[in-house]
Amino acid sequence: MSIATNPSTAGDGLLRVRRSTHSPLYTLTGAVAIVLLLSMAPWIVPAEWSTVLMNFFILVTMATMWNLLAGYAGMVSIGQQAFVGLGAYATLYFAIKGVNPFYTIPLAALTCLVIAYPITFLLFRLRGGYFAVATWVVASTASIIIGINSYLGGGTGHNLPGMPDLAPTPLQHLIYLATFGVALVVVTATYFLLRSRLGLVLSSIRDNEVSARSSGTKVTSARRLVFLIAAAGTGAAGAVLAISQTYLQTGNEFNLQWAAEMLFVSMIGGLGTIEGPILGCVIFFTLQQTLAQQGAWYLIIFGSVAVLVALWQPRGLWGAFRDRFHVELLPVGHWVGERKSESRVRRSQRKEGVLEEEQGPLT
Amino acid sequence: MIWLNVIIQGVLVGGFYALFACGLSLMFGVMRVINLAHGDMAVVAAYVAVFLTPHAHIPEVWAFVIVAPLFGLVGYVVQRTLIQKSIDRDPFTTLLVTFGLSVIIENLLLEVYSSNGQIVNIGELIVKSWHPEAIIYISYVSLVVLAAAVAVLALLQLFLSRSGTGRLIRAVADDHEAAQLSGTNYQHIFGVAAAIAFATVALAGIAFGMMTEFAPTSGGINLLFAFETVVIGGIGSLWGTLVGGIALGIAQQLGAHVNPEYQVLFGNILFLIVLAVRPQGLFGKKTALS
Repeated sequence: MSIATNPSTAGDGLLRVRRSTHSPLYTLTGAVAIVLLLSMAPWIVPAEWSTVLMNFFILVTMATMWNLLAGYAGMVSIGQQAFVGLGAYATLYFAIKGVNPFYTIPLAALTCLVIAYPITFLLFRLRGGYFAVATWVVASTASIIIGINSYLGGGTGHNLPGMPDLAPTPLQHLIYLATFGVALVVVTATYFLLRSRLGLVLSSIRDNEVSARSSGTKVTSARRLVFLIAAAGTGAAGAVLAISQTYLQTGNEFNLQWAAEMLFVSMIGGLGTIEGPILGCVIFFTLQQTLAQQGAWYLIIFGSVAVLVALWQPRGLWGAFRDRFHVELLPVGHWVGERKSESRVRRSQRKEGVLEEEQGPLT
Repeated sequence: MIWLNVIIQGVLVGGFYALFACGLSLMFGVMRVINLAHGDMAVVAAYVAVFLTPHAHIPEVWAFVIVAPLFGLVGYVVQRTLIQKSIDRDPFTTLLVTFGLSVIIENLLLEVYSSNGQIVNIGELIVKSWHPEAIIYISYVSLVVLAAAVAVLALLQLFLSRSGTGRLIRAVADDHEAAQLSGTNYQHIFGVAAAIAFATVALAGIAFGMMTEFAPTSGGINLLFAFETVVIGGIGSLWGTLVGGIALGIAQQLGAHVNPEYQVLFGNILFLIVLAVRPQGLFGKKTALS
């Protein structure tokens, strides 16, 4: 497979390198259809369904960012609720200052990014488990600092002011579109990010950090960039969370449960895949709705499944599915396959037992 | 004089933090595992002391006599099954699995025992204290817990440095593959280390239940304090853990003295300062970081 190590010249020979196992047209058509359907959902489905969908989109946003952090850059954080909370309270702050809450979403993301930058210099001194718990200390500190600030409601909470003066139903639709829009932007951005140079750098770090470092990869700055992006995306999720709840309390916005949910859905769906966390969220909300009457049991069952998946199927459900059927909906790697014209010839040769199967994923 | 009281209270609570943290420190030192369910295990121990030992007609004060060995056994089994399996995958998986366990335990306790606060009943002892000066008071419970912490750390240090099993634990911690080549069953030694860690966390949990009210959700914040203790004191140093616990305790009491809302904040700030200025901790070696 010496050809495969240099994809740019592979096209000259028998092999060609593709992004996708199937025509990208299918993916594009499917994506457009799903986006159209989901953006019209609140006008079609009952109101309580669109509330569930809103929470679904918020968790998809958070989980996608957590997966970028842990699944692609190898940083397990159990303190991302810091940025959920900071994003939510940034929205509150700007709303108190008179900005329309819907316009504060990018501001909240930017605020989280700016706050995250100095924090990386402290956190990046620690590795692995110590990094994980240190992120939690940061979240706890952020929660306390916001909690003692009476301007933002202190410990008792604060109402989100300045919501547009609309009837309940159109307002609900607007909030729905905001949560969906944020999730769509975050997932799409992550997809293109992973196909970019940074994505390549990240997979080289993930596969072998030492050799990535020695071939000139700037490992720390790549990690820092990912941490900042994840902070901004999680902050945007926090902003739409604030808009959808309209009442903010540090105990809720900075809850460790956000970290637990992000982690579980990514693990079950499949770390290191874009589709995984989304699939995980679908399973999570299905389970939550089914067991809604049984208190915290959905979390117990979901946690147990996550532990079992981590031990016996570490690539998650989507990872297992992809490995088995070689299907990727949102491909970020490359595939080596045969040229179409050649493949017909080869197929007949293969029938005669001349050639062996040569197809397989490159990254 | 008021500052003296702040420091005394800090030292007393610091002993408890050290007791809580030594299991965490041991598991990281030997297996390189951060047990994110550490705090929740302590809470489980406190629940066992309150709800199950009365069935065995044992006063709650003496619950630790049963609960600590029981937890040692649980620790051995959990290590040999779940944790060993996740170590075999990668360090990343141990974090995910122990965090999963933490959430499962917390919510199971919530479902079974509700979110009501509980306390380990120790009778009259809870209200008794010693007043050497007008504004200084030293509660007997805290004193007992501090003494227990020092005793546990001293015994552990002695065990690790003098006994044969202790020597094996240190060998396995240094290089488990080399230890394996010299004929040690490292997985068994990992199990023994986990058993000790779980027994100490059971003691810490019962001590916690004696000092304050606890609920299913108490594990998280205690893990946070235990973790801060380990990092401040220095990763892999047992006496560092005691100093770390006391430093954290004093910082928190100072914070609480300024404003009750600042108690946890001051501890966190001390942690972040140590991280910025001396990331290997007060007594740690630099190598422990990588």
